[in-house]
Amino acid sequence: MKLLLPLLLLPCAAMAEEIWVTNEKDNTISVIDVATLSVTRTIETGERPRGITFSHDYSRVYICASDSDTVQVMDPETGQILHNLPSGEDPEQFVLHPDDRHLYIANENDAITTVVDTETRTVIAQIDVGIEPEGMAVSPDGQMVITTSETTNMAHWIDTETRQIIANTLVDARPRHAEFAAHGAELWVSAEIGGTVSVFDTGSKAEKAKIGFAIKGVHPDRIQPVGFEFTDDEQTAFVALGPSNHVAVVNAQTYEVEEYILVGRRVWHMAFNSDKSLLFTTNGVSGDVTVIDVASRKPLKTIKVGRFPWGAALRP
Amino acid sequence: MSWLIALHAIVLREALRFTRQRGRFIAALVRPLVWLIVFAAGFRAALGLSITPPYETYITYDIYIVPGLCGMIVLFNGMQSSLSLVYDREMGSMRLLLTSPLPRWWLLVCRLIASTVISALQVYTFLGIAAVYGITFPPLGYVAVLPALLIAGLMLGALGLALSSTISQLENFAGVMNFVIFPMFFLSSALYPLWKMAESSELLHDICAVNPFTHAVEMIRFALYAQANLPALGWTLLAGVILLALALWGYDPARGLLRRKG
Repeated sequence: MKLLLPLLLLPCAAMAEEIWVTNEKDNTISVIDVATLSVTRTIETGERPRGITFSHDYSRVYICASDSDTVQVMDPETGQILHNLPSGEDPEQFVLHPDDRHLYIANENDAITTVVDTETRTVIAQIDVGIEPEGMAVSPDGQMVITTSETTNMAHWIDTETRQIIANTLVDARPRHAEFAAHGAELWVSAEIGGTVSVFDTGSKAEKAKIGFAIKGVHPDRIQPVGFEFTDDEQTAFVALGPSNHVAVVNAQTYEVEEYILVGRRVWHMAFNSDKSLLFTTNGVSGDVTVIDVASRKPLKTIKVGRFPWGAALRP
Repeated sequence: MSWLIALHAIVLREALRFTRQRGRFIAALVRPLVWLIVFAAGFRAALGLSITPPYETYITYDIYIVPGLCGMIVLFNGMQSSLSLVYDREMGSMRLLLTSPLPRWWLLVCRLIASTVISALQVYTFLGIAAVYGITFPPLGYVAVLPALLIAGLMLGALGLALSSTISQLENFAGVMNFVIFPMFFLSSALYPLWKMAESSELLHDICAVNPFTHAVEMIRFALYAQANLPALGWTLLAGVILLALALWGYDPARGLLRRKG
């Protein structure tokens, strides 16, 4: 029986889908069980955890501990920190290359993008970018990495082979987040102060559309696009609009905003569950996570987490 | 059998009276709709700072206010019903009713049931318009709210009945409006959640918390989300029983206020 019990528990543990949320002010991660929509674990991290991402086999979780000036590598089963990676100063956001080995890290205070080899645990390149880099994206083929710089108001296109910037494109004020869309044919960049999301053609690197937002009864100054995510078919984008406390639903074909969903205060980033039927948004000021039903586009529940939740990642 | 005949007759009379007074039906709907469409619109973005049951996420103010407006319909209808009792008394039809061989308490309860049924009809019409306006509830909520509306209707109707036993003239009804309906409505959770009241004044919060109308509204609110709020149900039932006892006492010719007022 003693032998049997762990075997019985194992499939359950493996099946439990989770959303991991970094709490910037609490120095913790809140783990939300997707089935019960409740916090099941709170895990200590380094100081000011922000960006969070899993390795492709989900055996490791990488956490930007910004004020500890490191990227922490954690065993998601035990919550133990396995080791720290050299990350450069103040790592805020990062992206894991499709090779599952190289992390591209935005160092906010140093105006640098650092490339770290997670296997040898060494910095293999530091690329000068604009002031206050934040948003990070990698193309599906892994050839291009994007860093957006908040103060320079640019998206920097980095060739991952030469590790050189090959182009810079201007975006609206304070770009926060970038994602490739349309199977890599488009790059979307949100501009927090500009209040827009710019869509670039990745071939020509020219802007092909700009999405604006307007919410009835909310002052335009409060509409500040930050994080966003696409549905599997890439037909729809969900855009977090910061202190407007709403998430916009954008048609990714027509670039029209179809709907606004009320969530908690200062909505920042988001993550889907594995079948993308539920979307979890981190609401910084209200310290909670709102769960949105993707099909009906209705908020289902808001779950209390730690103080100032920032990043979110799925662990299937 | 004769008891049911009396119930049928009284409910039918009230229903006929109500349907023939089309203006009254429209007025009964206009009042909550003005609150919903005009008043709530200005506060659309104001709420959503804290989540209290039965809500599980942030809501806009117009969603919050709908159960309170359902309560408002029931409250005003209860008072309207008591107004018509005073009118009946002045016109003499009350005397006719009370000379029936059936017990007086039953006749008065029939009046309560009649006004409650009409309140429920009004509330459902209002909820239908709210749904067109975009405010919907879970399908089961529309069923679960019926018993809540009936209990709230009986309690508030009993309040009207108790008040009407003390009012000898129609003109005094304006006083009832000022001193009963408005304080009851504003000092409740119909327009603002109780925690919001506590922010401005603990005393206000305590007054709201003992107001039976608050409990009626909370019972309706939970029922609309297909949930039971047992404390609110308990308080509403308790208030209903006390108010009904007061009303029956008030209408008892041997002891009540009716005799003294002539």
